Amino acid sequence: MDKITINKEFYDIMPPEYRELVETATFGKPGRGWKDIGINKELIEEHSLCAGCPESIAFRYVMASLPNPEDTVMVGSTGCTSLVFPHVAVHNIHSLFGNQNAVASGLKRALAWRFPNKVKDVVVLAGDGATVDIGLDMTLQSWFRQEKFLTICFDNELYANTGGQESGLTQKGFVAKMAPAGKRFEKIRLPEIARESGCHYVASLTVSKPNRVEKAIKQGILIAREIGPTYLQLYTPCILEIGKQSMEGLAEMRDSEGPGERFEFKEYISEEAKAYLAKIEAEKKLAQAPAAVPAKA
Amino acid sequence: MSTQSLVGTLNRKGQRIVEPEYLFFEAPRQQVFMTGSETVREAIRRAHLDISIAYPITPQSEAAALVGELYTEGYVGDYFRGESEFAVMSQCAGASFGGARVFTTTSGPGTLRAYENFPMWVGARLPIMINVMVRGINSPLNIQPDTLELGMITDTGMLIWHAETAQELFDYLLKGFIVAEQPDVHLPIAVAIDGFFVSHTKDMVMVTPPDLCLTPYDPYRSPVPCMDMEVPPIRMMRDPFVMKSNYISYATHASWQQETRAACERSRKHTVRLLGGLLEEENADADILIVSSGTAVAQGREAIRLLADEGIRVGIVKIKTIRPWPGEELRQATKNAKIIFVPEFNVVGWLAREIKASIDNNSRVVMGPHVAGGMTMPPEVIVEEIKKTLAKRKEELVHG
Repeated sequence: MDKITINKEFYDIMPPEYRELVETATFGKPGRGWKDIGINKELIEEHSLCAGCPESIAFRYVMASLPNPEDTVMVGSTGCTSLVFPHVAVHNIHSLFGNQNAVASGLKRALAWRFPNKVKDVVVLAGDGATVDIGLDMTLQSWFRQEKFLTICFDNELYANTGGQESGLTQKGFVAKMAPAGKRFEKIRLPEIARESGCHYVASLTVSKPNRVEKAIKQGILIAREIGPTYLQLYTPCILEIGKQSMEGLAEMRDSEGPGERFEFKEYISEEAKAYLAKIEAEKKLAQAPAAVPAKA
Repeated sequence: MSTQSLVGTLNRKGQRIVEPEYLFFEAPRQQVFMTGSETVREAIRRAHLDISIAYPITPQSEAAALVGELYTEGYVGDYFRGESEFAVMSQCAGASFGGARVFTTTSGPGTLRAYENFPMWVGARLPIMINVMVRGINSPLNIQPDTLELGMITDTGMLIWHAETAQELFDYLLKGFIVAEQPDVHLPIAVAIDGFFVSHTKDMVMVTPPDLCLTPYDPYRSPVPCMDMEVPPIRMMRDPFVMKSNYISYATHASWQQETRAACERSRKHTVRLLGGLLEEENADADILIVSSGTAVAQGREAIRLLADEGIRVGIVKIKTIRPWPGEELRQATKNAKIIFVPEFNVVGWLAREIKASIDNNSRVVMGPHVAGGMTMPPEVIVEEIKKTLAKRKEELVHG
């Protein structure tokens, strides 16, 4: 990629991880995905999360699955994710707590106005407190307005970064800080609200299956780019606050995605988005088909 | 790409891009009789604006809606109504992070609803222009002019200019973009006017031709990266400062705050060049001075005329920029005054407090007269305050 290069004069003084990023990361590679992890340089250098935090692997899958990282800008919010974003090799914005979908609305429109002939993807990535409680108004309003970006919620079912307080996505009855007698109301059903609010693609899943995460991220971004808002809710349990060991995060996610469990994989695709995905698929097949023999004159 | 190279070319609307100084000082001007809200529209028409985001609140609603008309006419790149002032200011932030020139308007409770965004704009170095049409923030509900909200935003780190008239509003809006966007400044700017008194009254305004506009904002002259993925980012930092409880983290936060305040001070030279100074003085050698900002200055001038009829000579100092604060300029301008009156449209007298903190021998400052909650300030109120205070001081001199 032309724009991701190092000036020759500065090459020898650049940190090794920067050189690796320029030389072996997957900027500009259309087939990029989670399988690049461990082979190519990742767009996330390190993370400052707890050992074994499922959010850290979710973050790596998200970064590996962006279809267009060289032209993607991410918007975060306050919380555990804001400790990771500074290590991420795409432009990303942290401004305040809960305003991520408002910032992304302005950002997406600015990029669309400034670069009318270029695809610039915007992706929001925030926790459940930011998405569902303090920022709910702005989350929903961006969907009502049909803002063209993907919203990802890392749902760890509480405020993790501030020490485990109840959030709107905490399960009913769970004893958390600020819910000393157990949460008194149900986990907010944001995926359903997202569908009713005009999202064209909504998926609710854990991050135990990287293939599924990659597909959801890619569909979410492609549909947002062309049609309208999309929403992904990824269960990334806070092992610290639910009293699990660092190696138990994966099992926790698997247990939560079984049939009838609260994170059983669910997906909604609007008719418009379905038609768009079918069109992309058809175009892909056409490109792969052997070239027709030109008829002789 | 330097936007200077675009001078002489046409923007997407077909307006000719001219040097800002040409637009401000040399371009022909035509007189138009219009309201403050219409003045906002005419300034923004010439501002080469990318994005504006609006929210209704009296008295700024009309101006915000008129900017929307500019959008449909093609003068503004994008425009929409946000869901609250907090959201609007965040949307403005997003657009500015993405490299757009951004404008919005607000009033009173809306300014406070949005408040958390202002220091964030400053820390992120977003040169957003916000037109604050001041309004009371008290309960019971009040839509009338009151400058209390300006006192509340003085320490957010934004540039704050206070226009007295519609003409100043027109000029400050256009000049404000250029000062705020200077690489050594690069801060948000609030151009304030007194709601209703300026927004809803008609005045003669000298405007430049509508087919000429400012040079566009060039986000690549920003002191911080534009978030558009046009310049390779690679990682922003090795360690997020928020999670470090160590000296480097504290020093980073402290020095960045010092830098943004220094940037505000660095705006002085650009401001002096474009506004002709941070203050304006009239008979400042008089023993009695009125010092104020906004429409209180206009009322002060009338009071001076009434007092002159009675043989009392009073001078006036008008503060044009609340931030940067013209502390040294005020010290100089008031050095010969024996008594200083600060008429204000708010109950606390925050401007008088600032003046007191800046000048020597501050017992000279009379914190008043004040009106609040939308009351007008007839010049007679200022006259009465001055005469009453003079009589009292004379009495103290005789009997004290």
